[in-house]
Amino acid sequence: MDFPVFHLDWLNNRGLIAIIAILHVVINHAMAVGGIPLIAYLERRGVRATDGTQAQQWDRLAFRMLAIFFFVTTTVGALTGVGIWLSAGLVNPYAIGSLIRVFFWAWFTEWIVFVTEVVLILAYYLSWKKWVGTKKVSHVKLGFGLALASWLTMAIIVAILSFMMDPGSWGTDRTLLSGFLNPLYLPQLAFRTPVAMVMAGAFGLVVTAFVTPRRSEIQAAALRAIGGWMLAWMPLCLVGGYWYATRVPVAMKAQLPVALLTQQLAQWSHGAITVLVGAVVAIGLIALWARLAPRTLPRVVLLVPALLAILLLGTFERVREFTRKPYAIPGYLYSNGFRKADYPILQRDGVLAHATYTRVRQITSDNEVEAGREVFNLTCTRCHTVDGINGIRAVVANMYGNQPWSVSALDAYIGMMHNARPYMPPFPGNGPERKALATYLVYLQNHADTFNGAQRDGVMVLPRPRRLADGTLIIAQ
Amino acid sequence: MLPVPVPRDIPLPLPADGFYLEPLLIVAFIAHILFVNLTVGGAVYVFLLQLWSRRRPDYAVLARAVAQTLTVNKSMAVVLGVAPLLLINVLYTVHFYTANALTGMAWIALVPVIAGAFVLLYVHKYTWVRLAHRPRLHLAIAGVAVALLLFVPLVFLANVSLMMMPERWSSVAGLWDAVWLPAVLPRYFHFMSASLILTSLFGVGYFGREKFVQQAGFETLTAPNIRRFFYRIAFGTSLGQYVIGPTILLTLPADGLNTAVLATVLIGAVISLAPISMMWLELKEPLAHRTRLLEISVLLTATVLCMAMGRHAYRKIRLAPHQRAIANATEQWNSDSSQAAFNARLRSELEASGRSVGQPIFEANCMACHARDERLIGPPLTEIANIYAGNPDGIVTWAMAPGKKREGFPQMPPFEVLGKEKLRHVADYILQTAAHK
Repeated sequence: MDFPVFHLDWLNNRGLIAIIAILHVVINHAMAVGGIPLIAYLERRGVRATDGTQAQQWDRLAFRMLAIFFFVTTTVGALTGVGIWLSAGLVNPYAIGSLIRVFFWAWFTEWIVFVTEVVLILAYYLSWKKWVGTKKVSHVKLGFGLALASWLTMAIIVAILSFMMDPGSWGTDRTLLSGFLNPLYLPQLAFRTPVAMVMAGAFGLVVTAFVTPRRSEIQAAALRAIGGWMLAWMPLCLVGGYWYATRVPVAMKAQLPVALLTQQLAQWSHGAITVLVGAVVAIGLIALWARLAPRTLPRVVLLVPALLAILLLGTFERVREFTRKPYAIPGYLYSNGFRKADYPILQRDGVLAHATYTRVRQITSDNEVEAGREVFNLTCTRCHTVDGINGIRAVVANMYGNQPWSVSALDAYIGMMHNARPYMPPFPGNGPERKALATYLVYLQNHADTFNGAQRDGVMVLPRPRRLADGTLIIAQ
Repeated sequence: MLPVPVPRDIPLPLPADGFYLEPLLIVAFIAHILFVNLTVGGAVYVFLLQLWSRRRPDYAVLARAVAQTLTVNKSMAVVLGVAPLLLINVLYTVHFYTANALTGMAWIALVPVIAGAFVLLYVHKYTWVRLAHRPRLHLAIAGVAVALLLFVPLVFLANVSLMMMPERWSSVAGLWDAVWLPAVLPRYFHFMSASLILTSLFGVGYFGREKFVQQAGFETLTAPNIRRFFYRIAFGTSLGQYVIGPTILLTLPADGLNTAVLATVLIGAVISLAPISMMWLELKEPLAHRTRLLEISVLLTATVLCMAMGRHAYRKIRLAPHQRAIANATEQWNSDSSQAAFNARLRSELEASGRSVGQPIFEANCMACHARDERLIGPPLTEIANIYAGNPDGIVTWAMAPGKKREGFPQMPPFEVLGKEKLRHVADYILQTAAHK
C-alpha cells in the first residue's frame, strides 16, 4: 500500500525468496557452521597423526575441503545471504522493514560477527600453507575460533527467524530483548546446531569421495572419521528436533485459537516429523556404514546423505514458513503486508481509498474489473500470481470447477475465507472492494491477465482523499 | 502534474536517534566503498594488464599479483556493505525500498551478477597456469567478470539517486529509466575514476615495494617502473575528477544544495589539490618514491570524508520536506487508524449489548427536542419515520441543513458538525425506534 508492488507473476514472489534462502541456508549450515569445525577436526587429525605421510594426507584432505567450501561460501554463500535481504525488501518491505526496526542492534552485532568471520576465514584459508611446523597447532585453533564465529552468526539470526513464528512478549512490550528471547529461540537453535554438523558430515563424505584416491588408506580413514562425526551429532539432532517440533504447535496455538488451524498444524507437524525422522534415519544408516565398513561404500551412496540433508532442511524451512501463516509477524503483521491494527480503518474506508500507489481510487459501476484488479494487486499478490506458482485462477477453478464462476459466491467466500482456510489472512478491504475483487476473479475465468509489477509497469499516484473534521472521507474524482 | 507520493512510514520507533546513526552510516559507507573501489579497480587492472601483457610480458606477472589481492578485497567489500545497507534501511526505509522496487529486476539481479563475477574471478585466478596455452579464453573470463562488476555500481547509483527524487517515482519503471535521472551517469564515472585512483595508489604502496618486485621475478620491470606506472594513472584520473565532480554538482537538482553542502564539497576539492600535486612531484623524480604515499593517503581520505559528508547532507536537505510530509502522514494515519479501531470496537460492543450505535448519539444531541410519540420542541419520531420510511439518508440530508417545514415549530439547528456517518447511525436509530414498541 505504501510501497510500489514488486511482483513476479511466473515464479511467485515467495518462490524468489525460497530459492535464494534455501540455497543460502544449505551453504551456510553445511559449509560454514558445520563445515568449519569439521575441517578443523580433520586438520587436527593430521596434527595428531604420528606417521608423517598420514599427517600430510589428512592435511591435504582438510585443505581441499576448505578450498571447496571457501570457494562456495565466499561467492554464492555470501551473496545469497545479502540476497535474502534484498528479495525480502522487494517482496514484503513491511515485514523486513519492521523486523529491522526491532532487531537493528541484533543485526548490527551480527554484522560485527560477520566481519570477524570473514576476516578469520580469509586468514584460515590463506595462511594454511604458511603456518606450518610449530605454528600448525595455532592454525587449528584459528579454525575452531572461526567455527565459533560462524556459529554465532547463526545463533543471532535464529532469534529473528523464531521471532517471526512467535514474538512472545514482544507483542506487549516491544523491546529488542523480549523479541530476542522469544519462546521458539532456544529449541530452534538446539535443532539447527547439530543439523548443521550432520550436514557438514554429509557434504564432507562427498568431498572425500572425490578428492582422495579411490579405495586408498586415507579415504577409508576419512570416511570412518566423518561417519563417526555424523553419528556423534545425530542424537542431538533428534533431541533438538523433538523439542522444537513440540514447541511449534504450542506456540502457534497460543496465537490463534482456531480449531481448524490446530488440526492442520498437527497434520503439518506430523508430516514434518515423519520426513525429518525418515531422513535422519537414512542419513544415520549411511553414516554407520561409513564408520564400520568404509571400503564397501559405493560412491553413489555417498551422495545420498547430502541430498537427503538438503531435502530435510528444505522441508524444515518450508514448514517453518508455512506455520507462520497467516502472519509475517504473528499478531502484528499479516503475510499480505497489512498490519492487523489497520484492519478496522481499511475494512471501513477500503484499501483503494488509502493506498499511496493505485490506479483506481473509487469503485464505480463501469470500473469494477479494473478496480478489482487493483485490489488483487494490493492485497493478494504477495502470495498469489494469476497463472504462475500458487496462481489464483487454478485456486478458484479448484473450488468451483469449470461451471461459470459466480460473483456473489466468491464475494461471500472472500469475506469468510480466513475461517475456512486459517492460513489466509482476513480480506483487508471493504464490501464494495470485496465485490470488485470477486468480479475481477470471475473475469479471469475467460480472460488472460498478467501482472508485471512496479518494476516494469511503474506506479500511479492519485490524489489522496481528504478527511473532513467529522471524519467523512472525500475522494476527488 | 501528478502529485508527489507521500507514503506512510513503518510505525515502529527508530532503534536510535538519527544523530548517532547518521555518522555511523557515513563511516560504515566509506569503509565499504574503499574495498568496493579496490575490487572493481583491481578487476579492471587485472583485465587491462593481461591485455597489455602481449606487448610487455611482465604485465602478466603484475596482473596475477593484482588478481591475488581480489580474494580478500571482494570479500571485505561484501561484508562491509552489510552495515551501510542496514543503516540506510532504517534511516530511509520508505525511500530506499521504493527505489529498490521500481528497479526491482536489476536490484535482485545484483545477487547472481556479483556471485557470478566472484566465481569467474576465482576461476580466472586458479586457471592461470592451466589456461596458459589458451590466453584468449583466459582473458575472456576476466573480461566477463569485469563486465559484470561494471554493471553493479550502475544499479546502486540508480537506486541511491532515485531514492532521493520522490517527484520522479511515478515516471520510473525499471533500471533504464532510473539511469537517466539527473547526475546518475556523472556519478558513475566519478565512482569508476575513484576506483582507478584508489587501486593505483594501493598499487604504488603494495606492488611498488622492492621486496615484492624481487619475489615476483619480472624480466625488466623495476619497482620505480611500477610506482611510476601506477602514479601516472592515479594522477591522470585525478585530474579528470575536476571535470566530473563539478558536472555532478551542476546536474544535481539544486534544491538539495546549500552553503554548507557546497562548502563541504569545496573544502574536499581544495584538500585534494595537495595529494595530487604530491603525485606530480613523485612523477617528476626518476625513482617515483613511496615516501609521500602516507601523506597522499591521509589527505585523500580527508577529501573522501568531505565528499561523503557533503553527499549525505545533500540527501538530507533534499529529502527533509518529504521526510516531514511522511512523518505527518504517518502520524495522521496512526491516529485515524486507532480511531477507526475504537469506533469498530464500540459498535460491536453496543450491538452485543442490544443498543444501537445511534442511541447514545441521539441521547446526547436530539433527545431534548424529540421523543418517540409526543411533540416536545420538534416533531415525534413516529412522524419523522412516516416521512422517511426506508430513506435514512433523507434524515441525514435534512439534519445537515434543516429548512422550515411546519408552522408553529421553531427551525431546527443544523447538525452538520456530527458528520454524515454519525447522523446515519442516528437516522437508523430513529427508524428502528419508531417501528418497534
